[in-house]
Amino acid sequence: MAVNKETVLTIATLAHLEIAIDQVDDQIDRMNRILDLVDEMQAVNTHEVRPLATPFDQVQRLRADEVTESNQREKLQSVATRTSDGLYLVPRFVE
Amino acid sequence: MADWQAVIGLEIHAQLNTRSKIFSAVSTAFGAAPNTQASLVDLGFPGVLPVTNEAVYEKAVAFGLGVGATINHQSVFDRKNYFYPDLPKGYQITQLDEPIVEHGHMDINCADGGRKTIHITRAHLEEDAGKSLHKDYAGETGIDLNRAGTPLLEIVSEPDLRSAEEASTYARQIHKLLTYLDICDGNMAEGSMRCDANVSIRPSGSSELGTRTETKNINSFRFLEQAINHEIERQIAVIESGGRVVQETRLYDPDRDETRPMRSKETAMDYRYFPEPDLLPVVIDDSFISAVRDRLPEMPYEKRARFQTAFGLSEEDAETLSGNRSLADYFEYVASASDPRQASNWVRVELLGRISKDSFNSEDVPVPASELASLINRISDETISGKIAKTVFDALWQGETDSVDAYIDAKGLKQVSDSSDLAPIVTAIIANNTKQVEQYRAGKTKLLGFFVGQVMKETGGKANPKQVNDLVRIQLDTV
Repeated sequence: MAVNKETVLTIATLAHLEIAIDQVDDQIDRMNRILDLVDEMQAVNTHEVRPLATPFDQVQRLRADEVTESNQREKLQSVATRTSDGLYLVPRFVE
Repeated sequence: MADWQAVIGLEIHAQLNTRSKIFSAVSTAFGAAPNTQASLVDLGFPGVLPVTNEAVYEKAVAFGLGVGATINHQSVFDRKNYFYPDLPKGYQITQLDEPIVEHGHMDINCADGGRKTIHITRAHLEEDAGKSLHKDYAGETGIDLNRAGTPLLEIVSEPDLRSAEEASTYARQIHKLLTYLDICDGNMAEGSMRCDANVSIRPSGSSELGTRTETKNINSFRFLEQAINHEIERQIAVIESGGRVVQETRLYDPDRDETRPMRSKETAMDYRYFPEPDLLPVVIDDSFISAVRDRLPEMPYEKRARFQTAFGLSEEDAETLSGNRSLADYFEYVASASDPRQASNWVRVELLGRISKDSFNSEDVPVPASELASLINRISDETISGKIAKTVFDALWQGETDSVDAYIDAKGLKQVSDSSDLAPIVTAIIANNTKQVEQYRAGKTKLLGFFVGQVMKETGGKANPKQVNDLVRIQLDTV
């Protein structure tokens, strides 16, 4: 599998990342090197190698339905770029 | 329209009425000041971990049992990735391949009087997003994350619905079930239940599916019908004018009664789902499911049947009175404490004439069930007439009194049933209307009503009408 220009631009759009057009070739090259590395790893013979322990053998513990957190707005909004009337402000967006 | 058949499936999002959020121990109470109920987890700060609320599983299982569905012993959360300012993590935690509930069904009444089974593909747990406020912030959008992380049960139907009316009947039934089970408060105005409608059309008789559109975030049954009807008409117009329906997400605008495209079409949405690495699979055993089953309340159809047998109601009246849990509880209290048939009439005519069945909440009704029962009992024991009872009911409704008996006493509304009190009044009325007496005795017996009316007028409506009727007849016939 190899990445092409179209794939890179689609991923950039989905991730809301801006990639200058003269950087696209460099991105294609870097992503392909990552994929090559994956191919290389898959070539290793893992026959009879036991898998590592994984948390997916475990079961999730559930929490009782209780409210234990209190209002932290002031503290949390102290690191926000812009706020007003208790709201976080972001550049305008309308669907 | 006769040439076309609509194919409709609904996705219903129900907010589960837990005290705390699905993945954080933060209150879910509605109406708090912005961002006062949003923690590090809800805000998507790095390094924090979600912990799942057990109550969301109990409520989802209750729903599954209510629609005869399969409850999956193992369910897994996934990340659905998309960017939006009211979703600070950049992904929504939901369930894709292994939802908690699958393969349920709901029977609905059709317009032709028949019943139809609507299949429920799945119901899965997920978190709600925050709210965006576009007004009042010139050039900027305000974000309130209090709602972020509120538990949602997304109920997905098969495309079994064939008209806007069927879709709204199905949605109402789901709403009824959710409120009966007490897993969702059902308040659509506050967004506790919202619908997305998937609509396509195909030539009548065809079994192939047409291209569908999805109309999102409809928050009333009326808008649901309007939005679907609008979308059906729009698609027919597109196809009949030689066009092609485009698969897209649309938004219904109730002010203009139209749907319009919502998401930009330049890039197809790709949510890049993958298993949520911060949450292990959830495994529930049979004892968990049995415990939920043991706590299930009486289902709407069971209540309807019981109202018919216990209170002698018609199926239609029992259906109306069991249509909402609060209404059913209210009616049952009144019917158990007074004459059940009278209770049915008073609740259906006087109460539901003033409040719609869908929004009935006994806490908002100014006439307590105990007082309505007293009122009916005062009619049954002939303390007051039915006519006077309506004025007492109005007084209760207007808040002029909170006690039927105190009001009857204070206003002197007691019915006069004593013959020795009524007889002299009847005699006087007969003596003062000699012309009508002659006509009556000449055979115009319809005039009986005239005399009864005069006596009722004289007593300010307080005379026992049956007693007056008898006394007038005796005096007219025997003198």
